[in-house]
Amino acid sequence: MNRLIDHTRQLSPPRWTVLPRAVWPLLAGVVVALIAYYLVGPNISGFSSKLMLIAGTNIILAVSLTVVNGFTGQFSMGHAGFMAVGGYISATITYYGSIKLLGTAEFAGGALSWTGSGAHAGPFIGKGDLIFVASCIMGGLGSAAAGYIVGLPSLRLRGDYLAIVTLGFGEIVRVLLQGTPDQVQPWKASQAVDTPWYELLIKLGGPKGFNLLPTYTTLFWVYLFVVLTLIVCYRLKTSSSGRAFLSIREDEVAAQAMGVDVTKYKVRAFVIASFFAGLAGGLYAMDIGAINAGDLGFQKSFDFIIMVVLGGMGSISGATLAAIILTLLPEVLRDLPPVWPAGLVLLGIMAVVQAVRKHWHVKSLVGVGIGTIVLEGARQFCLSQGINIADFRLILYALLLIVMMIARPQGLFGIREVWELFGRKKKAVGSGQ
Amino acid sequence: MGAMRLIARTASVLMIGFGLAGLSGCEQKSGTGTGTGTGAAAPAGNATKAPSETASSGGTKAPGGSEAPKTDSAAAAPAAEGSADDIVIGHYASITGSEATFGISTDQGIQMAVAERNKAGGVKGRQIRLITHDNQGKPQETQTVVTRLIEGDKVVAVLGEVASSRSLAGAPICQRKGIPMITPSSTNEDVTAVGDMISRVCFIDPFQGLVGAKFCAETMKFKKGAALYNRAQAYSSGLKTVFVDSFKKLGGEVVAEEAFSDGDNDFSAQLTAIRVKNPEFIYVPGYYTEVVNIARQARKLGITCPLVGGDGWDSEELKNAGDALNNCYFSNHYSHEDTRPEVQEFVKKYQDQYKKVPDGLAALGYDAARLLFDAMERSPSLGGKDLAGAINSTKNFAGVTGNITIDANRNPTKDAVILEIVNGALKYKATIKP
Repeated sequence: MNRLIDHTRQLSPPRWTVLPRAVWPLLAGVVVALIAYYLVGPNISGFSSKLMLIAGTNIILAVSLTVVNGFTGQFSMGHAGFMAVGGYISATITYYGSIKLLGTAEFAGGALSWTGSGAHAGPFIGKGDLIFVASCIMGGLGSAAAGYIVGLPSLRLRGDYLAIVTLGFGEIVRVLLQGTPDQVQPWKASQAVDTPWYELLIKLGGPKGFNLLPTYTTLFWVYLFVVLTLIVCYRLKTSSSGRAFLSIREDEVAAQAMGVDVTKYKVRAFVIASFFAGLAGGLYAMDIGAINAGDLGFQKSFDFIIMVVLGGMGSISGATLAAIILTLLPEVLRDLPPVWPAGLVLLGIMAVVQAVRKHWHVKSLVGVGIGTIVLEGARQFCLSQGINIADFRLILYALLLIVMMIARPQGLFGIREVWELFGRKKKAVGSGQ
Repeated sequence: MGAMRLIARTASVLMIGFGLAGLSGCEQKSGTGTGTGTGAAAPAGNATKAPSETASSGGTKAPGGSEAPKTDSAAAAPAAEGSADDIVIGHYASITGSEATFGISTDQGIQMAVAERNKAGGVKGRQIRLITHDNQGKPQETQTVVTRLIEGDKVVAVLGEVASSRSLAGAPICQRKGIPMITPSSTNEDVTAVGDMISRVCFIDPFQGLVGAKFCAETMKFKKGAALYNRAQAYSSGLKTVFVDSFKKLGGEVVAEEAFSDGDNDFSAQLTAIRVKNPEFIYVPGYYTEVVNIARQARKLGITCPLVGGDGWDSEELKNAGDALNNCYFSNHYSHEDTRPEVQEFVKKYQDQYKKVPDGLAALGYDAARLLFDAMERSPSLGGKDLAGAINSTKNFAGVTGNITIDANRNPTKDAVILEIVNGALKYKATIKP
């Protein structure tokens, strides 16, 4: 028995590494976020940085949904519902919290949250920032709690049944939020100061939406949370919980036979996913400056499901890439840019990869070449005929999705990560020799 | 099989390519300000052609509307669009999505105003170019589009949205960037509260509820009413609240208040409950899609009293109700039968161009654009502060939808009209003063 304990001790990493391993994701997040905010943001146009910000929130939502739909193989259609729960909680805390603590719902942040024009004069981190970050985390926790409550009874179901329960949850959230009384508007802030806090909690604007929120969400906060989400989800995937998730996806009965507590792990996956969805909801609300439950119905959930399916069920990097692509695609199609530079870049990348792997796949190269020429030709034709492509962009968008799903039903990277994709092939080639 | 897989692989790989090209592509284009190509790029000599050119192709065309002549290839190419001297204004609207008819109507009204102004020599001797972007009826999309209009297309002012939730998404950006925004038809109070850059040309929700109550109590002398409203819709529940309060204040009695929700198609339960109370009229502040169903089902249940509503009824679709909506009333921003010369001129022009009677949204879009031009002419410069100041100090502007004076909260004070539906046609019934 003692020998066994000794063995485990030797296997477990030394104590002093625990703290660094716990802290480095946060540091990495801060570094990436600072780079995004100070180096990338100012050097691209406001339009591009806005897209980058939206892509960021979409990454958080898509990757967190991957934990449920991808890793665990459950079909949740209520992700926007969790986003709404988190968004409203964090909007409530930021808005009424600012009124209660600072006396006004005006922006009270520091340089990191500054979205106005011109340079920011004031502290690096303001009181408002602290309220905002705390509210986002509270939003995440509240959403996780909702996930637990919904998950416990319903995750004993599987497949279509679970999909319907989660769909129902999303709709219940939407209808409940739309039934709340009017918000206390900023010009009645003095009224709100006198109202007890528990009465304020339900004044969420109802169908008018929760409006006139101070806007704190910047590239810094979004990418801080993006990095944290990615690292947490990746570590989760490679942990024992993650392996339990994957085993449930592959075969629930077999997993149960091997001693995996199926319901417990499903609920765990659900709670984690809801947490990040709630967090993203807070970022979303304080980015737009308003949140309206009507916009967070099940149609919104489908946006994220599409991202997960497109990225590959269970691939974090796939979901990330899919979130980026699906955020940018409708905007790119607005005024179709030349296709050939992208085609050339793609050909270059493919050629390099194939050269490195010493595994030439001429057909795919030729295919990309021909495809580029065809698309560029079609674009030129539209331009010469004065056909306004922008009017058909949503049709094009849908068409591309259909083609995509026919071409790669397993998603961009299947169930693997992008780096595993190359590594595996290399090994396969090597073993063949 | 091999060929199939080859095609499939190519397509998927290309798709990734599109995504990668995305950022660089947006970057490239945003500087040149091409937009959807709705620009009324009419140099003075070409001005008479302007109206047909402003109608953008494809999706923005109203179903059954006139086919605008195909723009010639030179006009559609980005390089030929407008000159650097043009004043650029932006419009964001739902050209696609569930409320597309609203966005398209508004856009047509604005395009007409732009073409008209350009024909008359533009503003301060410069031509006006309109750039319209579609936001698919989504708030996040709205924000990207508004940012793009301001930063990429360098617009001096922004017009938009019909729905308040989207105006509320766009307004903070305009406020932050110091670009004036006029919303043609967002009736939620909060929109103009965003800041001094934001104003509107339509009346706000409470006023319309009051108008409905005044009409029922004073013009029609009704005593007993019922209300049927959409609980999930800000517009509907807002109107209903004000209506019920005002009607009671004016001495009336509301005997039943029934609610439904988005997407409901069967209203028989609520209508049966109302029928028992035997009211003289039913107030139905909703959108036209719901109203048509409600009216038909009410008549089937033997309810004969008139239905009264708000501007959400304003649509060609009302014809689908047939006789069911005969002798029903709704408050609106304007009536095309109004005999004022501004109205008649507008209606005639609109009919010539789009072959249909303009709805309230088109009239409001037209007014918003004209009020903007009027303010531009008065403003010392086209800078955000000056222009917003000029817009906010508008007094007695003779618009199609009434005389507009912008008040301290940047909301207009103006009259509302009541329309009666007679055999599918809209007849002017009364004007209600605020």
